[in-house]
Amino acid sequence: MEIFLTYLKVFAVGGLVCMLGQILINKTKMSSARILVLYMLLGVVLEVCGAFDYIKEFAGSGITIPITGFGSNVAKGALEGAKADGFLGAVAGGLRSVSAGLTVAIVCGFVFGLISRSRSKKM
Amino acid sequence: MLERKEYQKYVEDNSPKSPMTRTLFAAFVVGGIICCIGEGIGDIIKLIFEDMPEKEVAIWESCIMIFLGSFLTAIGVYDRLGRFAGGGSIIPITGFANSVTSPAIEYNREGVFFGICAKMFVIAGPIIVFSVAASFLVGLIGYFCV
Repeated sequence: MEIFLTYLKVFAVGGLVCMLGQILINKTKMSSARILVLYMLLGVVLEVCGAFDYIKEFAGSGITIPITGFGSNVAKGALEGAKADGFLGAVAGGLRSVSAGLTVAIVCGFVFGLISRSRSKKM
Repeated sequence: MLERKEYQKYVEDNSPKSPMTRTLFAAFVVGGIICCIGEGIGDIIKLIFEDMPEKEVAIWESCIMIFLGSFLTAIGVYDRLGRFAGGGSIIPITGFANSVTSPAIEYNREGVFFGICAKMFVIAGPIIVFSVAASFLVGLIGYFCV
């Protein structure tokens, strides 16, 4: 029962985050790059003002799987780096904390780009 | 002659409306399901590697989700899902992976350098630039103010 409730919370919060994005798309005709940047910055702001951990406590992956989690990781890495290693840590910490994800994204994009054929002709 | 306002009203009444409730519902359900898949992957990792710290679990979780998003884009499933779900498939981290892989596949006949490698960052570029800039700013705040 416990696990069901957890997943319900993840589903509700994650769905809500995506639905707010869809409202933005419908109302303002924003491109997906702008939406993603906006949500990423939202994650940064939430992390800096400390609200992100509370939402994460409640919703788990519902808030970390959307791109807000990426932004929060960046901000958290920068803050932790500043605390641990001084100025250099502050500069390097942001990318350090998301480097695994970025590497996977770029390597996968490169490999799949090499091996699959362009589909645009068919459409 | 139609007045300007009347004409605007006419255009508004007759232009195709984006079906608000249907797209919102689709975004909610698909976004929720993608987040639940992520949570499930995290739980499975926790079951297999019991003494892995929480932080590493989260990193593995997002890496696997990024891989899945990239893979589903390559086999053509994710773009079909995107047409149905809109924001529900863009905003999760899988949508970020999709935005990297999709142009890479789309432009690969323009060559490896200026096709795949350059076009890969058409959508992801702004995100990376903004996140690096934001992290620099936050780092400065953390260094000087805390």
